[in-house]
Amino acid sequence: MTVEYTERGMLKYSEKLLERFRNPKHIGEMENPTVVAEEGDPQCGDMFRLYLKIEDDRIVDAKFLSFGCAANIATGDMTVELVKGKTVAEAERLQIKEIADALGGLPLIKMHCAVLSYKTLKKALAEYRKSRAGSVSPPQG
Amino acid sequence: MRVYLDNGTTTPVAPEVVEAMLPYFTEKFGHPVFPYSLGQEAADAVERAQEIIARSINARPEEVVFTSGATQANDMAIRGVAYANRNRGRHLITTKVENPSVLRVCERLEKEGFRVDYLPVDAEGFVDTAELEKRLSDETILVSVANVNDEIGTIEPVEEIGEILRERQRKIYFHVNAAAGYGRVEVDVKKIGADLVSLSAHKIHGPKGVGALYVAEGTPIEPVYFGYISLFNLRPGTENIPGIVGFGRAVELMMENFERDVAHMTRLRDRLISGFEEIPHTLINGPRGKKRSPANVSCSFKGLEGESMMLHLDLNGISVATGSACSTTKLEPSHVLTAIGLKAAVAHGTIRFTLSRYNTEEEIDYTLSVVPRVVEQLRRISPVKPEQL
Ligand code: FES
Repeated sequence: MTVEYTERGMLKYSEKLLERFRNPKHIGEMENPTVVAEEGDPQCGDMFRLYLKIEDDRIVDAKFLSFGCAANIATGDMTVELVKGKTVAEAERLQIKEIADALGGLPLIKMHCAVLSYKTLKKALAEYRKSRAGSVSPPQG
Repeated sequence: MRVYLDNGTTTPVAPEVVEAMLPYFTEKFGHPVFPYSLGQEAADAVERAQEIIARSINARPEEVVFTSGATQANDMAIRGVAYANRNRGRHLITTKVENPSVLRVCERLEKEGFRVDYLPVDAEGFVDTAELEKRLSDETILVSVANVNDEIGTIEPVEEIGEILRERQRKIYFHVNAAAGYGRVEVDVKKIGADLVSLSAHKIHGPKGVGALYVAEGTPIEPVYFGYISLFNLRPGTENIPGIVGFGRAVELMMENFERDVAHMTRLRDRLISGFEEIPHTLINGPRGKKRSPANVSCSFKGLEGESMMLHLDLNGISVATGSACSTTKLEPSHVLTAIGLKAAVAHGTIRFTLSRYNTEEEIDYTLSVVPRVVEQLRRISPVKPEQL
C-alpha cells in the first residue's frame, strides 16, 4: 500500500505560482479580439476563456478569464505571457511542460489546470487558422 | 488584521488548557498502569478527565474511552459494534452527509460483507427520518448520524432518530458523531438515546490528537485495535496523558461558558449571514435560526471558485474553508453540497466560515468589509456570470 493524498489534498504551491496567482498580469476581458476560445474542465467544473489579438500572424495581445483555482489562474497567466508577442506558429509549438516549469512546477494533482489553458490556446489557434484558411498565408511549421 | 474563521476544521488551544497540560509533559509524566506515585498521578488525571467529559454528556465516567480523536472514535464505534453484532444482522444505516471518518469505515464494512444504506437529506441538509423508518429491517444493527453537519451546520434530528430506534422491539444501536456539534449544541446521551458518541478535543479549544468515545454500559462492542492494554480494552497503547488532561480542561471551560459562548457565536453568525445575503447571487447553505449550528456559515458565491477565494481571503488575513472541487484531490465537489442538491458550478464557489468563542465583533466587521470586495474581484475575472448559474 502506498501513501495517498488526503481527502482534502495536501497542496503545496510554489512561491512563483502563488505570486502569479496574487498578481496576474494578463487577466481581464478584451475588446475586439481576433479569436476567443473557451474550454471547460469536466473534472472539476472550471471554465477558462482566452482572447487573442493577432496581426500579421503575430499574437500582439492576449488576455484570459478564469472560473478556477489558483493553479488555473497562474497557469492561464503564464500561458498568455509565453505566447504574447510570438507568431502563431511559435505559439503552436508551446508545450504544457513549459507552462508548468515557468511557474516553478505544479502539484501533480493540479497539472490538469495547465492542460486546460493549453487546450484553450490550441483551440484558439486552430480557430484562427480555420478563419484564415485560404485567405492569407498558409499555415507554417 | 488576522481573523481565524475555520474553527470547524480546528481551533486554537485555550491558554488555560495549555497551562493545565504543561506539568504532564515534564513533571507528571508517569505511565498510568503502575501504582507508584507518578503512575497514580497519571491515572488520577485520566479519571478526572473521564468525570468531566461524562458529566458534559450526561454519562458515567466508566463509559468514556479516550481515543486519538473523533476519527478513531468513529472507527472504533462503527466497526466495533458491527463486528460484535454480526450474528444478529449485517445491515447498517448512515447518511449521505456524514464526515469521511464515518463514510470510509462504512465503505470498508461493505467490502467485508455488511450492507449499508446512506440516507438522503433535504435541501437544508436534514436527514429524512421517514426514509430511515422505511430502511430499518430485521437485519439492522447500527445507525450512525452526526448531530451537527460539519459543512453546512444543519442540526440533525438525532433525538427523533433515537426515539424511532427505541420504539423498535429489536435493539438497534445508535452512534452519534458529535465532533462538529460538541460545544455548539447540547449533547445529552440520554436525551438522544445514543449508545455511542464520538467527541473531539481540538474542535473545542483542546489539543489535537485526542478525543473520546462514549460507549453506553452493556453495548456489545469488539475492539478493532490490538496490542498492549493500558487502561482501556478498546484502545490499546499508552494514553496521551497531557492530551487527555487538556481535553478535560477544555470541556470544563466549554461547560462553564456554554450559554454565553453559544449566544455570542449565534450573534456573530447571524451578522455574517445578513451581511453575505446583501451580496448578489449568493446562497446560504443549510437552515436558518435555531436548527443551524451557532458556529457555522456556509455560503455559495456564484460565479467564482472557492480555492481562489480562500487564498484571496488568506491574503487579507482571513482563514476559511472551501467546498470547491478544485480543493480536493478527487476534484469532486463536497459530497454534502452535492447531497443538498447544489449544482457543481454553484458548489464551486462555496466557502465555509466557522466561529469560536474567541471571534470578535471587530473581526466580523472586517470580514464583512473584505468578502464583498473579493467576491467582486473574482467575479470580474470569471467567464461564468453568476446570473447564468
Ligand atoms: S481549476 Fe479546478 S483544480 Fe484548478
